[in-house]
Amino acid sequence: MKIIVCIKQVPAKDAPLSIAGNWIKESDIGFEMNEPDSYALEEALRLKEKHGGEVVALSMGPERVKQTIKEALAKGADRGIHIANDQFAQLDPLGAARVIAEALRKENADLILTGLQSDDHGFGQTGVLVAALLDLPHATIIMQIEVQDKNMRLKRELEAGWFQHIECPLPAVLSIQSGINKVRYATLKGIMAAKKKEIAVIAADSFGAKSEPTQKIAKIYVPAKTKKTEFLTGTPSEMATKLVEKLKFDARVI
Amino acid sequence: MKILVITEQRQGKWNNASFETLVAAQQIAADAGSNVSAVVVGKGVGNFAEDAAAKNIGAVLLVEHDLLEAYTPDGYCVALSQVIQFAKPDLVLFPHTYQVRDFAPKLAAMLGKGMIADCVGFHKEGEKIVFVRQMFQGKTVADVTFQGAAPWFASFQSGAFRADLLTAHPSGKAPINKVSVVLKPEQIRTKPLELFKEAKSAVDLTQAPIIISVGRGIKAPENIPQAEALAKAIGGEMAASRPICDEGWLPMERQIGSSGQTVAPKLYLALGISGAIQHVVGMKGARTIVAINKDQNAPIFEIADYGIVGDIFEMMPALTAAVEKAKT
Repeated sequence: MKIIVCIKQVPAKDAPLSIAGNWIKESDIGFEMNEPDSYALEEALRLKEKHGGEVVALSMGPERVKQTIKEALAKGADRGIHIANDQFAQLDPLGAARVIAEALRKENADLILTGLQSDDHGFGQTGVLVAALLDLPHATIIMQIEVQDKNMRLKRELEAGWFQHIECPLPAVLSIQSGINKVRYATLKGIMAAKKKEIAVIAADSFGAKSEPTQKIAKIYVPAKTKKTEFLTGTPSEMATKLVEKLKFDARVI
Repeated sequence: MKILVITEQRQGKWNNASFETLVAAQQIAADAGSNVSAVVVGKGVGNFAEDAAAKNIGAVLLVEHDLLEAYTPDGYCVALSQVIQFAKPDLVLFPHTYQVRDFAPKLAAMLGKGMIADCVGFHKEGEKIVFVRQMFQGKTVADVTFQGAAPWFASFQSGAFRADLLTAHPSGKAPINKVSVVLKPEQIRTKPLELFKEAKSAVDLTQAPIIISVGRGIKAPENIPQAEALAKAIGGEMAASRPICDEGWLPMERQIGSSGQTVAPKLYLALGISGAIQHVVGMKGARTIVAINKDQNAPIFEIADYGIVGDIFEMMPALTAAVEKAKT
């Protein structure tokens, strides 16, 4: 089975964000693998361990995303594809999916996996759009994959505690729900082995997949508060005492 | 501006977010009574069309087909693309449900259009509608506008509009127009099977008056007992944000948020929870929200009544002691 995992690199969770126009200042912050995508990668590695084949880690972005591809290789992916694109953060969901779909087209993968959504833009559309552009069947928010020959039996998460089984033929595109598995750490051996693995670099504009953007982020800003928060100060024990008093006598909830 | 709202129901029940999106449409449209249409999709769903027709909208488009009885992304996309070509709306609105996430981006792409997903509001700049959506897990919001020609596609986050603001039809009932679609079995590539719920333990957090909830800030499973000690002292139930349950540090049935339970307790105490939107939709209805987080910019503080910027590992024992002391 040839499985390609689409992985995004995003600002580190605790990175202090300073807004610059319609994006953020990238200079002083760290980046990491988008957490939802790490579950997709793990699922790909588990499917390979069970059924054999190859896992390819694909990522778009500037030079820094190579670090995230290397992390995927260290965890066990066989090779990487880096779609070099310094303007990735400016693409709309359809524009980004068009470039990714073109890079995927000639790979003829059996299965393409993405995470549920990215922790930066949070569009949550890439997997579905890639499937539409490649004319492949898809399913999203997947909690379990069983491959049976040229077919998959999947468990989809619905809302409010409901699930559904569905059958989906291969090849296909799946968006993986976070928490489907327990993500592995890279071993020292894996990190050493990754150094010998190939990362193919493709220029994003080599596909001629350019399209007019369908939407534009006009500006980004810190949201206006909807509620007045009373901040408590002091030592931990002073704050604790104040809070208990507030909850008991003002809010009357304890 | 002509607006189509794609509504959602399953197993004989409305997804209430459909009504919230109808409210959004009523607010966006200059004259909802002529410009907003609700689309009801399925098989044998005439009663849902009747419900929708009682609202202040221009019409209901009833789309029924044997192959639409169970939801599939292929079936919905093929059917709804025909409905959109027939109705020629300027704007197509959806509630941002798991089902909508599954098909709406593809539907828009089939018509060569993009979608602004998971919006929390809108405002108008002249003729232009500006959609507001969160980015960076709610730490920032963005103003987003459509480029290019209509139709435009957008979805609204659950809770972004109040369903109880939906106004009734002034003369009783909007017309229900049946729209027939051509759909063949071979166009549907996935096969939907049974819907099911997993066996759950007796924990029903929706009934708990006090909830102590932990997030990533708890750092390790060894630290959970500190929060449990506080929960015990204050008489609350333990809950968590999704990452904690994904890690298995607390069972899945204690998860609060879009994929877990939605709660509205008297007191919700968030320990080391940043306040990502997926969590906030499950607890923002709490009467009193207390947030303790080391990051003063954490989005959870935006909805908190009381905030403490500090170390939860200092605050948990301090609070437990203060609660015990207040009892004596």
